[in-house]
Amino acid sequence: MSQIEVRDLNVWFDKNHALKNVNMDIEGKRITAIIGPSGCGKSTFIRTINRMNDTIPSCSVKGSIKVDGNDLYGEDIDVTQIRKRIGMVFQKPNPFPKSIYENIVFAPRIHGVRDRKALDAIVERSLRRAALWDEVKDRLDKSAYNLSGGQQQRLCIARALAVEPEIVLFDEPCSALDPIATAKIEDLLIDLKNDYTVVIVTHNMQQAARVADTTAFFYLGELIEHGDTQRLFEKPDEKLTEQYITGRMG
Amino acid sequence: MTRVRYTEELEQLDREIVQMGETAKDMVRKGVQAFLTSDVALRDEVVRLDLDIYRQEQMVEKHCIELVALHQPVASDLRTVTTCLKIITDLNRIGRYGRDIAELSDHGDLDSSFRRIVTVPLMAELSMAMVTDSIAAFVARDDRAARELFARDDEVDSLWNTIFRESLTYMIEDPRNITAGTHFILVARYLERIADHSCNIGDRVMFMVTGARLDPYARKGSSHKPGHAAPSDDDRERKVTSTDGYYTIPLDEK
Repeated sequence: MSQIEVRDLNVWFDKNHALKNVNMDIEGKRITAIIGPSGCGKSTFIRTINRMNDTIPSCSVKGSIKVDGNDLYGEDIDVTQIRKRIGMVFQKPNPFPKSIYENIVFAPRIHGVRDRKALDAIVERSLRRAALWDEVKDRLDKSAYNLSGGQQQRLCIARALAVEPEIVLFDEPCSALDPIATAKIEDLLIDLKNDYTVVIVTHNMQQAARVADTTAFFYLGELIEHGDTQRLFEKPDEKLTEQYITGRMG
Repeated sequence: MTRVRYTEELEQLDREIVQMGETAKDMVRKGVQAFLTSDVALRDEVVRLDLDIYRQEQMVEKHCIELVALHQPVASDLRTVTTCLKIITDLNRIGRYGRDIAELSDHGDLDSSFRRIVTVPLMAELSMAMVTDSIAAFVARDDRAARELFARDDEVDSLWNTIFRESLTYMIEDPRNITAGTHFILVARYLERIADHSCNIGDRVMFMVTGARLDPYARKGSSHKPGHAAPSDDDRERKVTSTDGYYTIPLDEK
């Protein structure tokens, strides 16, 4: 059974039908890339996976998304718990205006962790997991804003990992980063899939080709094709996919 | 339409392959002509063309590498580029066989019995038509036309066997025929290889169009195994079909 099962998912923003009858299975502990031209519904799609779209009043969602068999849009669902299990990293690094340490412990504190030793352990584990520990271990009390863009993004990844999620969603995590910082994040993503399910939205098709196990192509709110990344980039089944990845559309 | 320059570059690649194919065919055509008419001047021209085709191969290779480095082609575009990289080797080999044939032109006067080996021009015609059609299949992205080449290769193999046996007979009859006979056998072998290379091109075209790799043992409809030039008995009986006839040698004037 797939970890995430999306069935007949439709999303509207007022009258704008942003996602149309999306059916998709996302395997656990794998990297799934979502590609497609701007406005195709990629970000909308991953934002439905941790109910981030709930914060937009005009948004309405129909259909079901099951994670490990539980419907995220079912009744009696605690959205905070969903977002603890399903973390998210955004396009622009968005650390809190706090120290590196406080950035990491912010969410665990909300979830009730008070013990200083436990928090210290979470900080070290999360920063190590995000391949940032060695670079910042001597200045944990310094402002996160002093870090470089790539480091800030890895801090955001560490922050997402601090609450031990099962799934981490990345919305264009490298589009604001230089190639070296991008390469570090990509290495990190591949490393992360040993422990987490990763879904990444990217404009960079080469990035999808490099890191993802499976790739899904969205176009005008529809899922056109989803399959093994290598096959999708070598011999896509759908003509639209071919046109998009060869740069003749979009 | 987006990526205008990239699309133009890919179209240019097609034109370069067609041009290289023309050079390769020119070398074979002139090589066979030089061989049959012992024309040393024509032989020298083919040797000069060898440099041309070598440069063309380098040019296409450079172009393909630039396309990969600068435009990162994927899917059918990537298959097109890798196909070009592969088939330029075949086209270069075809041209080189043309040169090899031309270099056998210095065999002195032919014994009258060898004049009767009319199958050489026919074999050349068949092989050349296969080269033409393999490049046409490439340009048209026609995997069916590419597949048809394999059946035609059997006809060429059959002719190779005929020439081999005929030459052998004349050589046994009179040892003075051994040089000429050996030359004829070599020429027939080169022509047979040219047809094989056009099949290789067809094989790449099929991959380029469909993305599927063909089982090498399945690509021919006959019992042939790859690398075996000599046809099996049932293939020997196969009738040689006519060709489009652009290849003519004035045999009577020799």
